[in-house]
Amino acid sequence: MKKRWAKRHVAEAIFKVLMLVSFAMVAGSLALILWTILSKGLPAINWAMLTQAPKGGYYLGKEGGILNAILGSLIMAGSGTLLALIIGLPIALYLETYLRNSLWARYVRLALDILWGIPSIVYGAFCFIFMLAIGMRASMLGGIIALTLLELPILTRAMDEVIRMLPRDLEQAALALGSTRLEVALRVVTRQMLPGIVTAILLAFGRGIGDAASVLFTAGYTDRMPNSLLRPAASLPLAIYFQLSMPYPEVQKRAYAAALILTVIVLVASLGSRWISSRLGKNVIK
Amino acid sequence: MDTHIKITDFHVSYGEQSVLEDINLEIPKGEITVIMGPSGCGKTTLLKGMNRFLELVEGAHVKGQVFIDGEDIYDPGMDVTEIRKKVGLLAQRPYPLPMSIYDNVAYGLRIHQMCKNGREMDERVCHYLQEAGLWEEVKDRLHKPALGLSIGQQQRLCLARGLAIKPEILLGDEPTSALDPISAQHIEKRLLALKEEYTIVLVTHILRQAKRLADYVVFMYLGEMVECGPAREVFENPQKERTRAYLAGQF
Repeated sequence: MKKRWAKRHVAEAIFKVLMLVSFAMVAGSLALILWTILSKGLPAINWAMLTQAPKGGYYLGKEGGILNAILGSLIMAGSGTLLALIIGLPIALYLETYLRNSLWARYVRLALDILWGIPSIVYGAFCFIFMLAIGMRASMLGGIIALTLLELPILTRAMDEVIRMLPRDLEQAALALGSTRLEVALRVVTRQMLPGIVTAILLAFGRGIGDAASVLFTAGYTDRMPNSLLRPAASLPLAIYFQLSMPYPEVQKRAYAAALILTVIVLVASLGSRWISSRLGKNVIK
Repeated sequence: MDTHIKITDFHVSYGEQSVLEDINLEIPKGEITVIMGPSGCGKTTLLKGMNRFLELVEGAHVKGQVFIDGEDIYDPGMDVTEIRKKVGLLAQRPYPLPMSIYDNVAYGLRIHQMCKNGREMDERVCHYLQEAGLWEEVKDRLHKPALGLSIGQQQRLCLARGLAIKPEILLGDEPTSALDPISAQHIEKRLLALKEEYTIVLVTHILRQAKRLADYVVFMYLGEMVECGPAREVFENPQKERTRAYLAGQF
């Protein structure tokens, strides 16, 4: 039968084109970003960058590296994620176990969603004012707290969604075999949820390690290696920012190299968590 | 007859709504008892009363006693995990645990510490997979995810998993209703083979299935037990008007 170009076929064709365009935009942006970082950063990257702290005149193009920022970022984002997990997991479990779909649960979820949407500079400023009030100076601890607050709503809501997806029948299947509640939680529920939680952790870690605004006031910046919770600490996003704002092309190139390092860290974390998720998730009941 | 489960003055309500009223019933040992009736009559609720699953339902209130081997399972001193070990459940839809085929069967053996060593565990897992009629199909992929099995195979896996902890009683809540006809037949055959060793209580709304399987029949209607007795008597010569109407297909 001959195809007629009825309205609905035209509509479908238009939507197919739109889909292709949006795909090209997303994939194209990623490719362009990677290309920019790689083409500008790769020539500038060297061993010293990864293994040394900045020496005098680093920002003028002299020797040194950004190990201080790499370590600072890993420590702050890592600790922030851990703290957010410690605080967020009980919230998520409480939401699921006790509040369920009550009015309070809706308020808590709404609050978390709003917190998720708040710009990170606001978290930075909020923590900074708080730190001023108690007489605390810019420090690694301040940065960790700011990142914890930034990551908390993301982690909690992502875990909340994972827990909500848990099939009730699965618990019942385990209970029917004479399991205790604890055995159900440890042997069955965690197995089912772990892949989702790993993904949630990655999401939060990625947001934390890539954020400049929240650590700008709270952690400050320093050329020293991170050595104390109460001293300022460097971070990769700020290293990128400071190097990029220098008027020397070779320093700007180093900014791209730093961006490359940050991207690789996020990429490794992301691929790593995917690998873990798929290992843990092969038995998950859908 | 030898009574295995004795239910006396059993009432269940969900919130305000009364679901089961004044159930008095004795379920014989080593036979297949089929609880039948139209949907919404309280069959599943009655079944869930026998392994204390009702307490998982929010707002459910239970009054009365259920004696298994002469012990009231609703006695506050009873260990609910021991009761559920003794009373296995085959649910309407199979729900494998998120682990491999082997681990699904081994799960109960592990939590109840029923095996001394790995070899004993291997033997038990193999034995109960055979018992459930699944061994031939899965023996080469024991350590693959249970989710890879078809629904019918999953239900037999759940049967193996339930049998592995050596229950005395097996409850089945319409265990074939989610299955294709061939898998359903498979399960029915297994149940008929298993009644030598277990007391089986089945809920079904399929009259023909009830006739194929039942030794003893309980007919429920609107939360009441209307009639119970040996299958042949109830099917051939029902005493109550409502049973007669149901058997004639009027509900």
